[in-house]
Amino acid sequence: MSKPSQANKKKSVWERKDLLGIQDLSADEIELVLDTAESFLEISERDIKKVPTLRGKTVITVFYEASTRTRVSFELAAKRLSADTVNISASTSSAKKGETLIDTARNLEAMAPDAIIMRHPIPGSSDLLGRHVKSSIINAGDGAHEHPTQALLDAMTIRQVRGSIKGLNISIIGDIAHSRVARSNIYCLTKLGANVTIAGPATMIPLHVEKMGVRVVRTVGEAIRDADVIMMLRIQRERQGKVLFPSDRDYSRFFGLNMENMKEAKGDVTIMHPGPINRGVEISPEVADGPFSVILEQVTNGVAARMAILYLLIGKGGSDEAAA
Amino acid sequence: MTEQERYVLRQEQANRIVSRLATQILEKNTNADDIVLIGMRTGGILLARLIQQKLKQLEGVDIPIGVLDITLYRDDIATTDQHHFVRKTEIPFSLNERVVVLVDDVLYTGRSTRAALDAMMDFGRPKRVQLAVLVDRGERELPIRPDFVGKKITINEDERVEVLFDDTGTLLGAVIQRQE
Repeated sequence: MSKPSQANKKKSVWERKDLLGIQDLSADEIELVLDTAESFLEISERDIKKVPTLRGKTVITVFYEASTRTRVSFELAAKRLSADTVNISASTSSAKKGETLIDTARNLEAMAPDAIIMRHPIPGSSDLLGRHVKSSIINAGDGAHEHPTQALLDAMTIRQVRGSIKGLNISIIGDIAHSRVARSNIYCLTKLGANVTIAGPATMIPLHVEKMGVRVVRTVGEAIRDADVIMMLRIQRERQGKVLFPSDRDYSRFFGLNMENMKEAKGDVTIMHPGPINRGVEISPEVADGPFSVILEQVTNGVAARMAILYLLIGKGGSDEAAA
Repeated sequence: MTEQERYVLRQEQANRIVSRLATQILEKNTNADDIVLIGMRTGGILLARLIQQKLKQLEGVDIPIGVLDITLYRDDIATTDQHHFVRKTEIPFSLNERVVVLVDDVLYTGRSTRAALDAMMDFGRPKRVQLAVLVDRGERELPIRPDFVGKKITINEDERVEVLFDDTGTLLGAVIQRQE
């Protein structure tokens, strides 16, 4: 008689109260989020895009920086899990009246939200919030520090298109120094075993970045050659008063991705961008809309990944299956 | 097999029961083309596949089969301390106007069935829903009743019944285990 098969036992459990960044997550925890996210994809394809899992839970999004897509993505994720959502944006909030971050949070906490999703210009702000507030905190971007949900949806997309991340050559091109997307992705992809290369103008490459386990190259050609996945970052000419390159045309000529330099890429390369794209600057329209681009899949996966995170944080998700 | 386990269904008996369940499903539903099978994770999936194979053997019909994960519809998700890993639901066809045969390995309190019914309502409007289980251990907590039952047993509260399959999906039988 053959051995009875064991139910597939997942070793990792989600124990964290908050999702503040990728830096502290283990590869197992990341895989758990990615696996869970896969299961949530089909909900957004149904006619009735709702499950009752977070019914009665309250999720508040607090965005001190403008963002439509990330906020909408989080809001849809919460609503599709039947949670109640409230949005606060800085221009309408008490921040204008000079209320401190902790006071705002404490006031919100007094209304018993289960989760607070925050985007704030100061690095470490979500960490601060997490330590002072009982609600689960999700970092939707803290300055140039981390944007963990973006990295998770990016990893999910890569896994879908390429099968696995281990051993892949992944190039991130753009303003690495000022990009929380780059930072979180570098942590995530190196933890999952990818070979990460970064490229950009010298003004955008942080000093000592090799310590993060990445290879630095100086031209877009070197970053494109041999890459299985190319991730383009959104470019801003001016940041915090510093001018980082002479003109958009200049940037696009030397570091933009276009049909010309795509000729040097591998035949099955995957092109990604966190959005919103600057057509013709960091990425040409033909490439952004072309057959190798998964930019729109990233957006779809964003909702599923954020559903997974909400489920794991406030829905008691994530471990060996209990007796049904 | 430890002293804490004893067989309630041996392999041959269990497989004969599956044949009987398939026959009963065909008997109860005049039009086999309307039938779809939905296996409930995790125990019901392999059982649903066996039933699908049997239906093909008996009448040559290819009955569509889907997989339902009820984790997101559980009524105890907020109250238990245990974590629940959610897996994929795959129902690649419409449920509208179909006779859905829900398949689970063990029926106990009926709460899983309740969760499955809620989940299916979010997928469409079946013409009819029927429940097929291999083992019914009674002690219902909700007004749920199965349409097709393999074997009805009575066990103690500190015991549980587990339906066993091997890695190839072969049904090995069912055992009663004492919980620690």
